Amino acid sequence: MATATEQWVLVEMVQALYEAPTYHLILEGILILWIIRLLFSKTYKLQERSDLTVKEKEELIEEWQPEPLVPPVPKDHPALNYNIVSGPPSHKIVVNGKECINFASFNFLGLLDNPRVKAAALASLKKYGVGTCGPRGFYGTFDVHLDLEDRLAKFMKTEEAIIYSYGFATIASAIPAYSKRGDIVFVDRAACFAIQKGLQASRSDIKLFKHNDMADLERLLKEQEIEDQKNPRKARVTRRFIVVEGLYMNTGTICPLPELVKLKYKYKARIFLEESLSFGVLGEHGRGVTEHYGIKIDDIDLISANMENALASIGGFCCGRSFVIDHQRLSGQGYCFSASLPPLLAAAAIEALNIMEENPGIFAVLKEKCRQIHKALQGISGLKVVGESLSPAFHLQLEESTGSREQDVRLLQEIVDQCMNRSIALTQARYLEKEEKCLPPPRGRTGESCVHHQGGSPGRPALGRVPGPWLPATQHAERTQDSRWPWRGLKESKNMCIFDRIVTKWCQYGPIV
Amino acid sequence: MRPEPGGCCCRRTVRANGCVANGEVRNGYVRSSAAAAAAAAAAAGQIHHVTQNGGLYKRPFNEAFEETPMLVAVLTYVGYGVLTLFGYLRDFLRYWRIEKCHHATEREEQKDFVSLYQDFENFYTRNLYMRIRDNWNRPICSVPGARVDIMERQSHDYNWSFKYTGNIIKGVINMGSYNYLGFARNTGSCQEAAAKVLEEYGAGVCSTRQEIGNLDKHEELEELVARFLGVEAAMAYGMGFATNSMNIPALVGKGCLILSDELNHASLVLGARLSGATIRIFKHNNMQSLEKLLKDAIVYGQPRTRRPWKKILILVEGIYSMEGSIVRLPEVIALKKKYKAYLYLDEAHSIGALGPTGRGVVEYFGLDPEDVDVMMGTFTKSFGASGGYIGGKKELIDYLRTHSHSAVYATSLSPPVVEQIITSMKCIMGQDGTSLDATGQEFGQGTVGMTCLCSVVWDWPGRLKYLERLRWLVVGIVWRLLHSHVTWAGVTWSQAQLRLLTRAPSCMYLFRVA
Repeated sequence: MATATEQWVLVEMVQALYEAPTYHLILEGILILWIIRLLFSKTYKLQERSDLTVKEKEELIEEWQPEPLVPPVPKDHPALNYNIVSGPPSHKIVVNGKECINFASFNFLGLLDNPRVKAAALASLKKYGVGTCGPRGFYGTFDVHLDLEDRLAKFMKTEEAIIYSYGFATIASAIPAYSKRGDIVFVDRAACFAIQKGLQASRSDIKLFKHNDMADLERLLKEQEIEDQKNPRKARVTRRFIVVEGLYMNTGTICPLPELVKLKYKYKARIFLEESLSFGVLGEHGRGVTEHYGIKIDDIDLISANMENALASIGGFCCGRSFVIDHQRLSGQGYCFSASLPPLLAAAAIEALNIMEENPGIFAVLKEKCRQIHKALQGISGLKVVGESLSPAFHLQLEESTGSREQDVRLLQEIVDQCMNRSIALTQARYLEKEEKCLPPPRGRTGESCVHHQGGSPGRPALGRVPGPWLPATQHAERTQDSRWPWRGLKESKNMCIFDRIVTKWCQYGPIV
Repeated sequence: MRPEPGGCCCRRTVRANGCVANGEVRNGYVRSSAAAAAAAAAAAGQIHHVTQNGGLYKRPFNEAFEETPMLVAVLTYVGYGVLTLFGYLRDFLRYWRIEKCHHATEREEQKDFVSLYQDFENFYTRNLYMRIRDNWNRPICSVPGARVDIMERQSHDYNWSFKYTGNIIKGVINMGSYNYLGFARNTGSCQEAAAKVLEEYGAGVCSTRQEIGNLDKHEELEELVARFLGVEAAMAYGMGFATNSMNIPALVGKGCLILSDELNHASLVLGARLSGATIRIFKHNNMQSLEKLLKDAIVYGQPRTRRPWKKILILVEGIYSMEGSIVRLPEVIALKKKYKAYLYLDEAHSIGALGPTGRGVVEYFGLDPEDVDVMMGTFTKSFGASGGYIGGKKELIDYLRTHSHSAVYATSLSPPVVEQIITSMKCIMGQDGTSLDATGQEFGQGTVGMTCLCSVVWDWPGRLKYLERLRWLVVGIVWRLLHSHVTWAGVTWSQAQLRLLTRAPSCMYLFRVA
C-alpha cells in the first residue's frame, strides 16, 4: 500500500517537472549550484581566516609583557628581616645581640646541647665526614642509617622504620606514596602545611573535617559509604585514608585517637598519623600519642614524625608494619631522589634515642612543666592560651581581634619584641597566608588563622637540660566591626601589663621547672 | 679536566663505543647509518660535528650519545616479555600456595580493607626488581671518598631479605658517589671546622628560619654563596630536593606556564606540579622544541580562556642527572630573552664541577649569571654536605625569604653542615688561605666522579675512557630503573630497558672490581 502511494507521488513529481516553466528550472538549478558552492567554500574560508600570519605572530610576541618574576616585597614586611641568632640556640639564646631565655625553639628535651649527643655526632663526623654524597639507593646508605632505622623501629615497637633527610619531606613524601589520583583522604582542617603539600602532590580527593570533630568525620565517612554503595566497582579500588596529627602544630590540641581507631575499623579507612610534635613528648616513654592513649601501635597504619623537635637533630622518619613502610623505599620521592641524611645527624639522633630510653623520667618532668606553664599563662588579660596543657607548644592568642589580621600580627609582634627586651625569646608563628588559605576554608569561627608565639621553657642543667615548651598565640580572627581594641591605644596601657604578667608568671614558675 | 682558557670547551668527541660506529649528531643523539659509520671510520675514530641549533651559539658544542643497536633492543623487549610471563606464573603459584610467599602481607584485621597497592605496582617489585635488588642500597661504612668500605651482605631467600655477615669489604674503588671534588672527608680543614661548630652549636636547630632558627652561620653562608655565584643575593635550604619542590610553587602559580625539559629531575617535576601552573614538556635539550612551545604559548595564550600567560618559566638542569648531557645554556638564554620568559637553572650536578673555577655551567659557557633568573643548586655533590640554595637578584631572594615554603615551615640547615659548605666553598674560591697546591691536593682526593661527568659530555680525552664510563653507566642504570618504575615520568619504558642491557657488561665489570 505504502509503496503504491510513494510511486504515485514520484510520478506526480516527474509530471510537475515537465510542466514547470523553463525560467523556474533555471532558477532552481542556479540555487542548487549556489548551495553546493557554499558547502565547499565554507570550510576553506574559515581556515584561512583563523591562521595568523608570521608577522602577526611576531607582533603578538613583541606585545606580550609578562608579570615580573616576583612581586616586590615591601621593606617593612614582617617576615623579611629575620632574627639573627648568634651562637647556639640552646637554653640561653642570643637574638639580635640580646641574650634571652629561649622559649622559642622546639628543643623540648633539651637534647640540642647535650654533651653526649654532641660527642656521638662528633665521633661520627670524624669517621664519615659530613656529607653522604649520594641518595640511599646508590652508596648513600651508611651503617648509621640502618642502625637508626632499627633503633627507631624498636623504640616505637613497630616492624620497620624509614628515615628521610628532611622533616618536612617525610609526611609530604609518604602520603603521595600510597594515596593516588582517585583515592579519598579525610583530613583535619588544622593539618599542618607539610600534610597539605603531601595531599596536593598525591592528587587525591580531599575531604576536610572540622578540627577534632569526630561527628563531622563520621558524617563524611557515611556520605562516602552511601556513595560507595552506588558504585561498588569503583569503591573496590578506592583507598580511603584518614590523615591526622598527634598534637596539632597549628593549634596545640591533641587528636582523639581512640575514636579515630573505632571509625577506622567501622569504615575501613587507614590512619596516617603525623607525630612531629608529640613524638618524644607524650606517653610514658615518649612514644607519642599512641602510648598516651594506650592504643596498639599496629592499629595505626603509618606514623610519621620529624627528628627536628624532641630529638634535636635533622630529618624525619616513618614507622609501621613492613607491609606498609617498605613501599616507600621505592615510592617515597623524598627518600629515593634525595641525598641521604648526613651520618653525624643520624648519630646524634641515635644518641638522643639512647638518652630517651635511659631516662624515661624526663617525659613526666616535661609534662609537669608544660602543665605548670600552661597554668601560669592563664588569666593574662588580652591574651588566652590555646592548646592542651600537656602540649609542649602553647599558642597565645589575642582574646579579641583588633579587626584586621595585619594589625593583629603587628600587635603580636609588638608583644614578642617587648618580651625580647625583657630577655624572653618568644616567636610569632609564621604562615603563608595565601598558601594556607588555599586548602582549608576558615577554621571554624574562632581561629581563622593562627599567629602564635612560641616559647620554650628552659630546663635546669639537672637532667641534661630538660624541656622547652613554646607558647604560641593564635589570634582571634573574628571580624568584629567595632574596634574596641585599637592596638595603638593598647600599646601603652594594656600591652605593658601583658608583658609584665608574662615575665612575672615566668619568674614565679620558671625556677621550679 | 678544565678547558684551556680561551680555548673551545669541547675539544673532541670520543667514539661512543668501540664497536658500534657513531653517526650524525642530531639533537644530542647519535643516529648511526652506514654512511656515517664509514665517515667515522675515515675520521679515525673521531667525529667533529657542530650541532646547528639556530646558530645562536657559535662555538662548537659536541655531544654524542650512543644509540642502542636494534638487536639489543629487540632482545631487551623479549627479555622483559619472558620475565613478565614468569612473573605471572609465579604469582599464580604463590596464589595457590605452591610457592612460598616471602613478601610482607596485610594484617589479618585489615584484609577486608581496599588493597593498599595497585596490582601492577607490586608485580614489578615482586617479580622484576627483586631479582636484581642486590644492586642497590648497598650500605657503606666509611667516608664516601676515592675508596670506600662496603658492608658485605648475603641473601638466602632470593633477595627478599639481606643478612649482614659482619665482614667489611675494604678499599673498594668508589665510582658511585657524587663526591666530585673530594670535600667529603673525615680529615682536613672542612672536618675540623665542622667539628668546631658542632661542639659549639650542636647538631640541630629546632626551629624554622622565619621563627628563631636563623643562625648567624646561615647568614654567613648565604652571603658567601651569593659571592661564589656572582649574584646579588642567595638563600640556603635544608634539602636539595626540597629546594626545588618547595620554591617553584612560590615563584609561579595558576595562570603561569612552566616549560620543563623532559629529562628534568623528579624534584623539579614535583615542584612544578605543586605550583599549580600549567606544565608543558619540551624534548630533551631540543631548542627547536622549546622555541615552538614558547612561540605558541605567547601567540595562543592560555587554553580555553585565551588570556595571555602571566609569566613563563623555563626549567632546565645544568648537567642532567638522568642523561649526563649539558644544557644548551647560551641558546636557552637567547630564547628566554627573545620571548621574555624566566629561566630556572638547576645546577645540582654542575656547580663546583664545571667551569674553570667551578662556578658551574654558566661559567663553562662564559655567560653572565645575571642572565639566569633563578640559579639553583645543591651542596650535596661538590661540597660534600647537604642542602640546596637559590641565588639571584635581591628582589627574588627577598621574596623567597618571605614566601618560600621552606623558610616558613621547615627546619633550617644544621650548623656543622653549614660550616662544611662554608669551608669547602672558600677553598674552591681560594679564600681559605691555602695555596693553590693545597687546594689541588684536596681536589685530588675526589672520586673519579667528576671526570666521569665530563666524560659524559665527551669533554675528556680518551685516556680514562673506560673507567669513567663505567661509573656513569652504573648511575645511568640505577636512575633509569628508579625512574621507570617509580615515577614513569620523563623516561619511557623502552629507554629504561635499553640502557640497562647495553650497559650490563660494564656493570658486571664494576662489580667484579668491587
